[in-house]
Amino acid sequence: MNSDQTHRNDGAPVLEARGIAKAFGPVEVLTDISLTIQPGEVHAIIGENGAGKSTLMKLLSGHLQPTRGSVAMDGEDVTLAGPVDAEHRGLVLVHQEILLAPHLTVAQNIFMGRELKRGLMVNDREMNRLAAEAVRKLGADIDPTTPVSRLSIARRQLVQIARALQVPHRVVIFDEPTASLTPYETEALLKVIRNLRDQNVAVLYISHRLPEVAAIADRITVLRDGKLIATRNASELQPVDMAKLMVGRDMSKLYPEREETATRETILDVSNFDVPGYARSASFALRKGEILGFAGLIGAGRTELFEGIVGLRAGHGQVKLNGKPVRFHSVRDSMAAGIVYLSEDRKGKGLLLAQNLRTNLTLASLEKFTKGPLIERKQEEQGLDKAIAEFDIRARRRDLLAGQLSGGNQQKLLLAKMMLLDPSIVIIDEPTRGIDIGTKEQIYRFIADLARSGKSVIVISSEMQELIGICHRILVMRSARIVGEVSGDAMTEDEIVVYATGVKTNEAELYATGSA
Amino acid sequence: MSDTQANTDTRGLGRKLADIDKTAVAPFLALAALFVLGALVNPSFIGIDNILNVLTRSSFIAIIAVGATFVISAGGLDLSVGSMAALVAGIMILFLNSAAIDGNFAMLAAGVVIAIGVGAGAGLVNGAVTTLGRIEPFIVTLGTMAIYRSVTVWLANGGSIAMKSSEMRNLFRPVYTGTVLGLPIPVWIIIAVGLLGAFILYKTSFGRHVIAVGSNEDVARYSGIHVNRVRAMTYVIQGICVAIAVVVYVPRLGAATTTTGMLWELQAITAVVIGGTALKGGVGRIWGTICGAFMLEIVGNIMVLSNFVSEYLIGAVQGVIIIIAMLVQRTLQRKG
Repeated sequence: MNSDQTHRNDGAPVLEARGIAKAFGPVEVLTDISLTIQPGEVHAIIGENGAGKSTLMKLLSGHLQPTRGSVAMDGEDVTLAGPVDAEHRGLVLVHQEILLAPHLTVAQNIFMGRELKRGLMVNDREMNRLAAEAVRKLGADIDPTTPVSRLSIARRQLVQIARALQVPHRVVIFDEPTASLTPYETEALLKVIRNLRDQNVAVLYISHRLPEVAAIADRITVLRDGKLIATRNASELQPVDMAKLMVGRDMSKLYPEREETATRETILDVSNFDVPGYARSASFALRKGEILGFAGLIGAGRTELFEGIVGLRAGHGQVKLNGKPVRFHSVRDSMAAGIVYLSEDRKGKGLLLAQNLRTNLTLASLEKFTKGPLIERKQEEQGLDKAIAEFDIRARRRDLLAGQLSGGNQQKLLLAKMMLLDPSIVIIDEPTRGIDIGTKEQIYRFIADLARSGKSVIVISSEMQELIGICHRILVMRSARIVGEVSGDAMTEDEIVVYATGVKTNEAELYATGSA
Repeated sequence: MSDTQANTDTRGLGRKLADIDKTAVAPFLALAALFVLGALVNPSFIGIDNILNVLTRSSFIAIIAVGATFVISAGGLDLSVGSMAALVAGIMILFLNSAAIDGNFAMLAAGVVIAIGVGAGAGLVNGAVTTLGRIEPFIVTLGTMAIYRSVTVWLANGGSIAMKSSEMRNLFRPVYTGTVLGLPIPVWIIIAVGLLGAFILYKTSFGRHVIAVGSNEDVARYSGIHVNRVRAMTYVIQGICVAIAVVVYVPRLGAATTTTGMLWELQAITAVVIGGTALKGGVGRIWGTICGAFMLEIVGNIMVLSNFVSEYLIGAVQGVIIIIAMLVQRTLQRKG
């Protein structure tokens, strides 16, 4: 399907970014990126969360238009009017999320929107035959009449890839395709990609999992903060070097002076805690006055572990608070015991966006603002005054809805709401996601102040720099397990990346050697 | 300095006018418009007797709809209220006919208590199955709608359940026909239920929790609110409201039939929605709901008094009203 088109313009890269930039409003998220992708090449794009990988991919596949610069195919500038236009030009994108109709069969999904017909009726027999063949090409054997809902995530992903490859293709873009795959499934996918490469297809592979990038890529481009840091041949780059290029910026002023506020006294002792499907035999201890970081890749199970501990989801294991065994059946129990959890999903689980600031502030601690069954509006207003002053919540007007605040002010409001419960342990999940740098600094200071006042803080974050900047100690999770602990001078991104991506473990070596 | 002060003041006033929640005011404006329309169509509409009569007749739906406001603002739905009303009425009358207690007044008082108990219980069934069984409230209450209706038909042996004692009937009748200070008793009951509902929804922490659960269940859960308990409680409140409506209804006819409360669920939901409560939850307007119930009855009354449209089309007109109300709400929200 592709071979007749590959030599249209000999030597020119099949897809090229020519100094492209993308701004959302005044914020430029991607600056002057130039890169090329050749037929028969796997070009990996790596970078931390927020480095601009997804934006670049959307620009190259026509989902977004660049603010500056251009996209070229076969050496000529093109305007990709949208994903459909891009597909017509042989450029397909395999999405990270599974976008399939679960109740339809494999074949029905693969041919959705382009069903084969015989007269007025759909030609199921032919579609089933072609679907089986398409899936077999990807090295899997799936009955095309199986409903997608009965397949594992990995097999669904294969179906999604088969669907994408139904379009005549010269360039295939994979957006973090292994985010939800096991090592075995990942290996199968890498085989598919090598197959594509051997058919002279150009592959753009976006990931932050370094071992598999090392295993599959011919060339590697590193993005950081929206800028292209380097493009190298994969043979010149070890995973550790990749990590160095991905991070490495001076943000020391962002963080408050580190103080040894951690005492020897253990306040929370968790041992062998399981959250089915997410965390396995997690054990750790938190000291009074300590800021303990939890690092790891997205999906490592950090959020779910703590949701399990505070009673927001099913989990079991031993939890001791101040030496006494406790069991939290609901989040109300853990709140009463002085533990609060601030969700990473501020808009979906933290605040009522359609309600005003006052309602949000007092929601978790309404009993402090009631006399009998009656809410005391005046006390609530005073509480809001105090919260606005103490947490520097900047709202144009007091009667705004929470959804009208900026991300930073929403986070401050959420902090204020949970601090009204007067906790001794504060668990903050992704404290600065989607927040401007000024507010980040305030939140770091606030976390340091909490520790100084004798409270204990757990920070879950995908931004390693931030954990290194504020934590006394960092635990790293990977694939549902706590796999490492770093503290003191050992708290470097290299060290964390090594644990989080598993470069050091045998499993990763397996990939590396398996492909070399 | 004083200039800017004055500027901000006038801007402040303009803003205040712009700030008035249009969806909250719209039902009352519509009600006023209906009054004008009614007066134009037939001058006898605006007579005080006619108006009081209309309000009295709207009382069943108004009272039930106050309960529905709780259920809907918490993100639920109750289709069973009409059947529930028939069941509660049937059981109440069967009890009154049993003459289990000496003295008619004591019998009536006990009957009211039993009605409220049955209503609360029937509501609790809806709430418990919805929350513990994690089944869509639409389906659960569709099921209980059939169950409550069918049990009533069975109790009535396919016919009707009537109060036997005429003494007791005479004693009970004023609850529907009597007046206090010039206002019919059912209107007083609407006011009382409205005040109590508004107090619970707007002034208590339970009311705040109802709005939070309807606004975003996850946020409510992460804030330590017992979401299921709050949800179930709204259905119990709905059941109690149905029982109160039945206490007003039974003295009117002195009987429960197989068609008692037929389509009340539709009228109650219509009243709630045209009153400005969001069907997806998170916003509850008690007085808007009562206003909506009045509007439904007034529209019917105007149709009877006018000769333009056959009164057989009342249902159609009410159907049109709910659709228009939703369109108006949607438009106002988009502008806001």
